[in-house]
Amino acid sequence: MDNQNIIEVNNLVKKFGDFTAVDDISFSVGKGQIFAFLGPNGAGKSTTIKMLTTLLEPTSGSIKLDDCNPTEDKDGVRRSFGIVFQDPSLDDELTAYENMYFHGVLYGVPGDLRKKRIEELLKYVELWDRKDSLVRTFSGGMKRRLEIARGLLHHPKVFFLDEPTLGLDPQTRNHIWEYLQKLNRQENITVFFTTHYMEEAEQIAQQIAIIDHGKVVAQGTAEELKTKTKTKSLEKAFLALTGSVIRDEQATGLDQMRQRRRMFAGGRR
Amino acid sequence: MNAIYILWLRQLKRYSRSKSRMLGSLAQPLLYLFAFGFGLGPIFQKAGEGSYINFLVPGIIAMTILFSGIFSGIEIIWDKQFGFLKETLVAPVSRFNIMIGRTLGGATVSTFQGILVLAISYLAGFRVQSFVGLILGLVFMALIATLFTALGTLIASKLDDMQGFQLIINFLVMPLFFLSGALFPLQGLPTALMIIASIDPLSYGIDGLRVGLIATSHFGVSLDLLVLGGLTLIFLMVGSWFFERIQI
Repeated sequence: MDNQNIIEVNNLVKKFGDFTAVDDISFSVGKGQIFAFLGPNGAGKSTTIKMLTTLLEPTSGSIKLDDCNPTEDKDGVRRSFGIVFQDPSLDDELTAYENMYFHGVLYGVPGDLRKKRIEELLKYVELWDRKDSLVRTFSGGMKRRLEIARGLLHHPKVFFLDEPTLGLDPQTRNHIWEYLQKLNRQENITVFFTTHYMEEAEQIAQQIAIIDHGKVVAQGTAEELKTKTKTKSLEKAFLALTGSVIRDEQATGLDQMRQRRRMFAGGRR
Repeated sequence: MNAIYILWLRQLKRYSRSKSRMLGSLAQPLLYLFAFGFGLGPIFQKAGEGSYINFLVPGIIAMTILFSGIFSGIEIIWDKQFGFLKETLVAPVSRFNIMIGRTLGGATVSTFQGILVLAISYLAGFRVQSFVGLILGLVFMALIATLFTALGTLIASKLDDMQGFQLIINFLVMPLFFLSGALFPLQGLPTALMIIASIDPLSYGIDGLRVGLIATSHFGVSLDLLVLGGLTLIFLMVGSWFFERIQI
């Protein structure tokens, strides 16, 4: 049955000039699944997420997200997902509440419901008592939690998280995954995430796809991947599948901007 | 409509909360006003042109708005990668509305910066000629602000990183300012400079401001309005066309 899958990707290709970032990949994500999308740096993870979330046009191939096509019905797709980007996208000069409020208005969540949901979600991520503080004063973990709360405000069916736990301490990471698992159980939200922490993916993901050099090299549960590669941990399986060569990504203007950002933010994420 | 309002409101809130940025961006205009106004004033007077401070204030107001407007537009490069703008690009709202809201917000803030400079210039002895003139002056401030914020937005939607920033300052913003009639009268200029000044849109903005604030004009107020209004519309249209095609 087609509608068992909330995301369907077929023969997806993205080229930047001569460089093929995503090379003919196909995969699907079942409704209500926690899906991990793993790969070394520069493998094509972020590019794929950008295509799934209407930020980037595919060169060829097809995508279906909640039965909408991101190239044809952008707004249909946009309504059905929430996202936490790899780079922070909160407004530091606004309060936590204002960040939530503005998001609610943009997604057309009606006034009463908006107020109720904001309160619920800020309490859920334990930021309600800080709702009137400027985001500038938040720690990295608090910002992540706020981004998660914000991404959920419009009741998305799919929740994308691009390296949501990067740079966070184990306490905060556990905390965040507890929220997300609870949410997945209670509201049947599909969670699609990327991470470099293999133990995290092994514990949490129900399905895993590994991408390398723009191609999906393996897909299955953590157990299946370990059996397939005859290894004992997902990390070993990951290395067996993608090799142990360190990937040197070309530094782009974006990396320089990230560096400057870190300088100004004084080490906070 | 809601998206336009929210993005406009966001710019205003950010502005009202960053007092240091507000004051910092006033330092340069005040320096110009003080150094040029009082430094060149006696020579200007001797040449029979009247008060240089009076002549200079509209130019400095326009400069303030030009810088503030272009920067607020260029800031989008940053905003679309690390800011709230990225969030709006995946929201179910039209890119056109996002662009208009962001631009109008920046323009409102820039206009306000211009008004602040006008207020401060009262301390240096500047006086607006009439109430109607003041209203006309405000209209021109808003027009200059929208024009250059839209230009900044247009540039920012084509750039992915801050590499080109210095280039834009040196080859666009500075020439726009120095080659306009901000610091000197346009009458009796060498032909080459005259031609350049006539294709610099800021010249028309400053001329319009002078009509309102001190009742002198070089191009005439209707030409000023036509050039500024027309260019603003063109920049907004081209800008939104680019903006709708932003991929990050």
